[in-house]
Amino acid sequence: MTAVPDIEFRGVTKRYGSVTAVSGIDLAIPPSAFVALLGPSGCGKTTCLRMIGGFEQPSEGAVYIRGRDMAGTPPYRRPVNMVFQQYALFPHLDVEDNIAYGLRQARPRLSSREISLRAGEALAMVRLAGYGRRKIHELSGGQQQRVALARALVNKPAVLLLDEPLAALDKKLRTDMQIELQNLQREIGITFVLVTHDQEEALSMSDFVCVMNGGRIVQLGQPSEIYDEPADLFVADFVGKTNLLSGKVTGHSGELVDVVLADGNVIAARKRVPLSQGDTVSVSLRPESLSLGPPGAGSLRGIVRNRIFLGSTAEYAIEVQGIGSLLAKADHHIGQGNLFKPGEPVAIGFAAGTPLAFPDTKNNGTNQRENQHVEIIS
Amino acid sequence: MRDNFLRKNLVTALLLAPATLWLVVFLVLPFIAIAVFSVGERAPEGGYQAAFTLAQYANLPARATAFWNTMVLAPAGALACLLVAYPVAYYLALRAPERWRLILLALVVIPFWTSLLMRTYAWMYVLGGRGIPALLAYVGIEDIRLINTPGAVLLGIVYGYLPLMILPIYVSLERLDRRLLEASADLGATPVSTFLGVTLRLSLPGVMTGFSLVMILLLGEYLIPTLLGGGKVFFIGNALVDLFLQSRNWPFGSAIAITLVLVSVVVLIAANRISTRLSGARRVDLM
Repeated sequence: MTAVPDIEFRGVTKRYGSVTAVSGIDLAIPPSAFVALLGPSGCGKTTCLRMIGGFEQPSEGAVYIRGRDMAGTPPYRRPVNMVFQQYALFPHLDVEDNIAYGLRQARPRLSSREISLRAGEALAMVRLAGYGRRKIHELSGGQQQRVALARALVNKPAVLLLDEPLAALDKKLRTDMQIELQNLQREIGITFVLVTHDQEEALSMSDFVCVMNGGRIVQLGQPSEIYDEPADLFVADFVGKTNLLSGKVTGHSGELVDVVLADGNVIAARKRVPLSQGDTVSVSLRPESLSLGPPGAGSLRGIVRNRIFLGSTAEYAIEVQGIGSLLAKADHHIGQGNLFKPGEPVAIGFAAGTPLAFPDTKNNGTNQRENQHVEIIS
Repeated sequence: MRDNFLRKNLVTALLLAPATLWLVVFLVLPFIAIAVFSVGERAPEGGYQAAFTLAQYANLPARATAFWNTMVLAPAGALACLLVAYPVAYYLALRAPERWRLILLALVVIPFWTSLLMRTYAWMYVLGGRGIPALLAYVGIEDIRLINTPGAVLLGIVYGYLPLMILPIYVSLERLDRRLLEASADLGATPVSTFLGVTLRLSLPGVMTGFSLVMILLLGEYLIPTLLGGGKVFFIGNALVDLFLQSRNWPFGSAIAITLVLVSVVVLIAANRISTRLSGARRVDLM
């Protein structure tokens, strides 16, 4: 017996005139999960969230909430609540009245005793007890964010929708809120659906990440899966930092293919989709999977151009003849001492199976170069 | 430092001088003259004769009908204006397609470019014996009188002042954050609750601005009652014209004018108070 999914998309397509924002999405979100919809702007993630909330209607397909088809159900009859981007708090109401807004809409009516009791609990939950009579504009961004959370959660929704909730906060506050949101989700035990374009946020907070691009779901999986086993070039590039090296398949043996790089070097890379001889591919190499050593040890050789020492790690930009600049990340331990210096020649190694080969998708047409660190010369 | 301070003050003074001069010559001085007149006496041949008496104020009840008409028809006219204007402003700001919005807004304003006199005059013919009543008589409904009734005055008021009511309401609805409406729906509010609890509530400053604007102009209205009310619906404005130009009782007219100004100020202050309270501390008022 499998549980009924909290949210289910069945063949959902959304068009605005001639523009297709979301095309043919199938997605089931299990109960009590923290799911992130991740993708660049315009990938359709917000449209998906708004279709769950009822602010947009699918052009095709259907959205189910806890097994019920939501077609024709207006937002005010759906068992979900949303934390809006920039919060959309009511400026004419104080903090407590903002939080009590949803409770006051409940039919049959709740007693005013119960309303103020539950609003008080919600305030305490987001650590704003005693702020009930403050005006919205008297609060800081972080406090407004927590009021928005309390205002949504006080209605005990089946699912909480979060639309880029942390985008307006500074970095320190954002990290705090990430932890707070995770704790809240675990405490309350309801499903959270988070929309974000920040891959770090998606990886760090959620149980499942749903990577979207061009209106489609590219990959759905646990954060570590998404990072370690990206489904395609777009995911490899968008999630985390990576080096992309273009090359050509020259042979294969089981899971591995031999790829000849622009500089003539041949490396063994794991393939994620079937590849055949002669295919042009991009090989993804995560910076932390590269190991640096004295010249002569590895297959790739280069010269250190820049070093960014970060304490526990050091990042190197390494110029490789015929390939371009590679980013490498090395752990640093106390007392280890010998960091490579700019100008020093190094050999670059990597564990077998860490390079991933993807078919080149230049015709993909989407902006997938946000995290690119390699200028490929071919 | 000191020099700088003096120069700054001098610049400020120069900038304010033209407006100040204008207001002193055309508002403050006439107002003082009227105030002085209002405690004087009518000269035997008409005009003003120096004296100090409150007799003119004591005589105010003689014009009670004009006061009564104004006090009833000005708020009623403003209210009727509001009821017609709100749906229009709502449609323009929240429902009309983006590309039509400016055109529709222009259509609201353009009639304003024609003189109010001309437009009101036109209504005389529409409502007069050879207008709508003739049409009604033709289909068998006889003896309908439209012109020279309070209803005709009210109609003229709504017609003449509608743009002044629509514009401030439109502005307050137009800058309403649409996500607040979504948030309200998301929290379970039906469209009616959302309208009452968010849309209407947040547009109240615009409503109050429009209402007090129209109301104050109506307190001094003269043209519409004259043309559409005949001699039958008499406003304070009509009484003033009568007293200053016909019977030349300047002191009595001045007393009425002073009273009218005081009433206007009270209305304005009350409207502003309500408006600030409703909209929260931060919003700057239009008036």
